[in-house]
Amino acid sequence: MSAAALARSRTAPILLGIGTFAALVALMQVLVETGILNRFIVPPPSDVALAFERVIMEEQVVSRFLLTMRECISAAALLAVFGISIGTLLYKVNILRQATETWVAAAAAAPTVLMYPLFMVIFGRSATTIIMMGFVAGLPAVILKTIEGLSETKRVLLNVGRSFNLTPWQLFWKIQFPSALPTIFTGFKLGLIFALINVVGVEFLINFGGLGQLINDLAERYDLAGTYAAICFVILVSVCFFVVVEWFERWLTRAA
Amino acid sequence: MSAAPAPVIRSAATSSSAEPILVVKEVTKHFRTPDGVVTAVDDVSLSVRQGEFLAVIGPSGCGKSTLFNVVGGLLGDYEGEVTVAGERITGPHASVGMVFQEESTFPWRTVIENVSFPLEIEGMPKAKRHDKARHFIDMVGLSGFENRYPAELSGGMRQRVSLARTLASEPKILLMDEPFAALDEQTRLLLGDKVLQIQQELKQTTLLITHNITEAVQLSDRILVMTYRPGKIKRIVDIDLPRPRSSEIVGSDAFGHYVAQIWSDLREEASRGLSDDESRARLTPGRRK
Repeated sequence: MSAAALARSRTAPILLGIGTFAALVALMQVLVETGILNRFIVPPPSDVALAFERVIMEEQVVSRFLLTMRECISAAALLAVFGISIGTLLYKVNILRQATETWVAAAAAAPTVLMYPLFMVIFGRSATTIIMMGFVAGLPAVILKTIEGLSETKRVLLNVGRSFNLTPWQLFWKIQFPSALPTIFTGFKLGLIFALINVVGVEFLINFGGLGQLINDLAERYDLAGTYAAICFVILVSVCFFVVVEWFERWLTRAA
Repeated sequence: MSAAPAPVIRSAATSSSAEPILVVKEVTKHFRTPDGVVTAVDDVSLSVRQGEFLAVIGPSGCGKSTLFNVVGGLLGDYEGEVTVAGERITGPHASVGMVFQEESTFPWRTVIENVSFPLEIEGMPKAKRHDKARHFIDMVGLSGFENRYPAELSGGMRQRVSLARTLASEPKILLMDEPFAALDEQTRLLLGDKVLQIQQELKQTTLLITHNITEAVQLSDRILVMTYRPGKIKRIVDIDLPRPRSSEIVGSDAFGHYVAQIWSDLREEASRGLSDDESRARLTPGRRK
């Protein structure tokens, strides 16, 4: 197959991805089997594969997976509703934006996960704490990107709207918001990454429900093969989530 | 080749053989800038008759786009008066449809959704507005592209979508601000043909803002030449070329005479603009215009 045909092929990138993954797994197996990597620190991939059955049958991984997924969906819904609304409010009320934008930007870089004791005091050792931690961690990215997207709407598009005598409400919903959607989605996806990390991280830290707690339990039992298998389920949550978000983005923006 | 008629040239007055539909009366617009108050247009008066094609031509910085925005109702706070069919324009108005210089299609909407946009705002049912939009899409020669997104079209096609969208709102006055400025010369001439054809079919009253002399002569019944800043009307030229026209007319002697005449008026103004830009650049070396 020529280079041009490879570039056009739809299956070639998928096959290359699978092949690269398989090669890395094989390399790890060889490195562990030959003793270059210590098998008590890095379990061989074959052990991780075998641990899947045990993790699924004995550790209620499906219910844990669903719990983590529910927490992530709740955090995502809060991010979409409050992140975009607050971003829009800050864009519309200039004095609020000037007063708070720097703080929001600073909050985006802050290690909010360290605030979990405070959230536990407020919400108790519950799923609410985990959801709120995920939400707070992802919020600055969504707010900042919403402001950016709305600010960068091309002036000519707004002038088209004005020339058709649109009301301010129509101008926002028919032109400004759809024009800002690709940037808002960039912020939303960034926010989701922070939210996912925090949801699993706080489950791990407060040892409550979900995959994070399972990873904590398995690590404390020094069941490293099981720990890696559980991590694979966390990755599966992330993959499921992003597939749905990207499908939703395509449906909403269509032209992107 | 047609014989060259002597260009009919008047000073800054308007011809009045028919009732004017658009009247711009003594319009002056100032802007506050860091360098002080700049007068963009100064005491400009013009009128456009029903079904007429009037072009406003002038060098960069003569206030053409300011005039476009004032007539379109996008710029307020000016001195003077603009009326359409006797009604004073104080803001954007359904009687005035605008086609902008920059690419202005909505990238998240298909061609048919773009063109039916003003009808959607009016609250027209989807099936009806799509039927009507198809008529205007066909008029600008984009049948078959209804379900394409702007990103899948060329620059010329996108400008035709913008034109069809404005026509779909059925304005009394079509305002166009250098709509083909970003296109190559051949595309510009061919799209000029399309505009002529549409204007003749709809008898659409049109005000075109341009700095392109060929485009102005090809399309217009009258051309209004503006001075460099502050923008005033220098001259009005009646274009006495036969209609229906097409881009083939650019090769005629008469066309060449009009182009030469307008260029002689514009040359002086454009040179003034160039000298002004150079002196300002010398005074403020760190700032770009």
